[in-house]
Amino acid sequence: MPSRGKNNGEKVEEEKRRYVTIYFMGKRYRVPAGLTILKALEYLGYRLIRGVGCRGGFCGACTTVYRKHGDYRLYVGLACQTPVEDGMYLTQIPFVPAEKPRYDIEKMSPSSSVVLALFPEIARCIACNTCTKVCPQELQVMDAIQAILRGDIAKAARLTFDCISCGSCTLRCPAEIQHFYVFQLVRRLYGKYIAPKAKHLEKRVKEIEQGLYEDKLNKVISGGPELWRDLAEKLIKGVEIEEVIQG
Amino acid sequence: MSGYPPEFRESIRIVEETREKRLEEKYPLMGDKEKEELLRKWHPDYKPEQKRRIRVGASKGELAPLEVADLLEAHSRLRNIYKDLDLSEPDYDVDILIIGGGGAGASAALWAHYSGVPADRILIATKLRFGDANTKMAQGGIQAADKDYDSPVIHFLDVMRGGHYTNDPKLVKILVTTAPFIIKWLEDLGVMFDKEENGEMIEISGGGTSRYRMHSAGDYTGLEIMRVLMDEVLNKGINTLEFSPAVELLMDDKGQVAGAVLMNLETEEYLIVRAKATILTTGGFGRLHIQGFQTTNHYGATMDGVVMAYRVGATIRDLDSVQYHPTGAAWPPQIAGQLVTEKVRGLGAQLVNIEGNQFVYPLEPRDVVAAAIIRECRGRKKGIRTPVGTWGVWLDSPMIEIIRGEGTIERYLPAMLRQFKRFGIDIRKEPILVYPTLHYQNGGIRINTQCQVLGSGDKPIPNLFAAGEVTGGVHGKNRLMGNSLLEITVFGRLAGIHAAKHIGKVKLGKLTLDHVRRWEEMLEREGIKTDLEAPILLPDYRGDIVYR
Repeated sequence: MPSRGKNNGEKVEEEKRRYVTIYFMGKRYRVPAGLTILKALEYLGYRLIRGVGCRGGFCGACTTVYRKHGDYRLYVGLACQTPVEDGMYLTQIPFVPAEKPRYDIEKMSPSSSVVLALFPEIARCIACNTCTKVCPQELQVMDAIQAILRGDIAKAARLTFDCISCGSCTLRCPAEIQHFYVFQLVRRLYGKYIAPKAKHLEKRVKEIEQGLYEDKLNKVISGGPELWRDLAEKLIKGVEIEEVIQG
Repeated sequence: MSGYPPEFRESIRIVEETREKRLEEKYPLMGDKEKEELLRKWHPDYKPEQKRRIRVGASKGELAPLEVADLLEAHSRLRNIYKDLDLSEPDYDVDILIIGGGGAGASAALWAHYSGVPADRILIATKLRFGDANTKMAQGGIQAADKDYDSPVIHFLDVMRGGHYTNDPKLVKILVTTAPFIIKWLEDLGVMFDKEENGEMIEISGGGTSRYRMHSAGDYTGLEIMRVLMDEVLNKGINTLEFSPAVELLMDDKGQVAGAVLMNLETEEYLIVRAKATILTTGGFGRLHIQGFQTTNHYGATMDGVVMAYRVGATIRDLDSVQYHPTGAAWPPQIAGQLVTEKVRGLGAQLVNIEGNQFVYPLEPRDVVAAAIIRECRGRKKGIRTPVGTWGVWLDSPMIEIIRGEGTIERYLPAMLRQFKRFGIDIRKEPILVYPTLHYQNGGIRINTQCQVLGSGDKPIPNLFAAGEVTGGVHGKNRLMGNSLLEITVFGRLAGIHAAKHIGKVKLGKLTLDHVRRWEEMLEREGIKTDLEAPILLPDYRGDIVYR
């Protein structure tokens, strides 16, 4: 904004409002207030390859560790979702080392012993809750680990459904648990073995395999655009927007 | 504490005041004529000055957005060094090379493997990390006609209507008849779909669908599908090569596709991959910011696959048609352009102007809703002007909790709730400001029903397959919600199966990049002068705060 007519004091104030000081890997920069960490780095001229992904908070690639001026705490956030603050000391985490065990999901059962056999380290959980405190998705991470140890796979799956595998918990865990791989297994066990199967789905797959829709579909297709238009317009007009999810 | 600036307070009050009245109100569906007029006048696709004819290649003369045409006429990144690359000893020698590590690539790898190709004979090369793709960002759902009130025939008609009857009916038939099978496959792999206590899928409606057939997993549907597919690919021991995008396809001296040249994104070293079959699953073009639009897309969505296929003679279709998602975030600026899933409308939220009135039925097809929002803002000036000079209309999300009960948003839209909460906005209590955003590449490379890439005269290009957003035909000129997660799994699978069948017949000759020489000569002959090299691999936002 033009600052003509303002005295120097006002100018300094305005500049303070519009810009913040951040430290990236120890280097001091001034960046416009309001940018996310990701966009602030690009504004400064960094072209990112690591530590960037979907840019929308879904992929967990842009885990950022930071401290704030005058605050001893170590914070973790997603660079694409966290606005810069004055006095941030930032480090991008390029990669979280973790080893994914291979397994055959067809030959398993939804029990804690199955999970423990692949990830024995979860028994080392000391319930310090650091994982929960650090989670940028605000999940009850420790509760999920504890649920697995109690054999409650369903609860663990539900608690970790919103996990984006950013690995923040895995980096901080004193028991060296590789949470995001543990949770992936747990969710698959739930989806495959605990959640009831959709019977109507199985029925429809069979019907299609038996060729039930083949003739009808071919007939419609051979009718060409005019028929498609006629039928489709009729269909759409019959739609009623009504309650579909039972509250 | 509201994350909205004081300027918005008055218009939020009007939205609140009119809510009760609107709850009773159903905005009428638009007739065909009215729709066409609206699109012609206000949809960005219908601006002739934003397109031009492609001057080179197998689809010379086709219309494309300026940004797309520029890339299709760009130089090869290898133009100065292709002669010096040693192709005699490939770094990798595989049966199937899959370029692109999203949902289509993962599905292709798994089904090639299920079809008998050993895991170590398959290689997935990906630009960033495996699974970094638009698949993960797909929130709303995946369609399949699997209930008694629905059928694949009805699904077919909805898809065709959505695409303005320009779709390839043969591909659509495959899409709708494979859909239930795919949902079953995913269910068996352990995908946590939203279900009733008895196992019945909870299905809601989407824009342009005449039946409730949208399956979802919260509003993390794509993330849930992608992470399960990734886990399974890794369980099978299929190799992935991350941070190694393809920069050019390889050919042999018999004119067949024979793999690709990859580039290590960090060291910029080239890697030669020889493959009997190559499957392109590179996704779309959101990061080209067509007509300056913000995008919902992943960082790597730069149309690489179309560019590379075009250089070996692939034909394209419907690339002139761009999907603008009606509801991108218009506030706060930090997340401008990011997706506000259609599921918000599917659950009952209306679109409302500054006077508190509806102006379009919220579940018209995407192009219609997008055009209506643009008209409301630019034409009728009844949108909301933001302090940074952009426009938006209100998406009245608090309605959802009134209609469906408290807790619905937390249960069914956790990602949306979290996204806005980070910026001080509680979408259970306050509406969401939205404006259309660049979302999807409707068209792409032409393929046949075996996912083979088609060259001139509909002749398959030997050994080259493609699936997913990189291809055109399934959605015609406009895709419906819930058909992209479906497309990548249906056609990814098909590409994997057909590539696995195909490799038995393949005898590769001597590797060559002579097509790069021919391409450069063709540019010269057509008098095309450009500094652009493609694929561009990543957008360059350095110093730029326009797309913030």
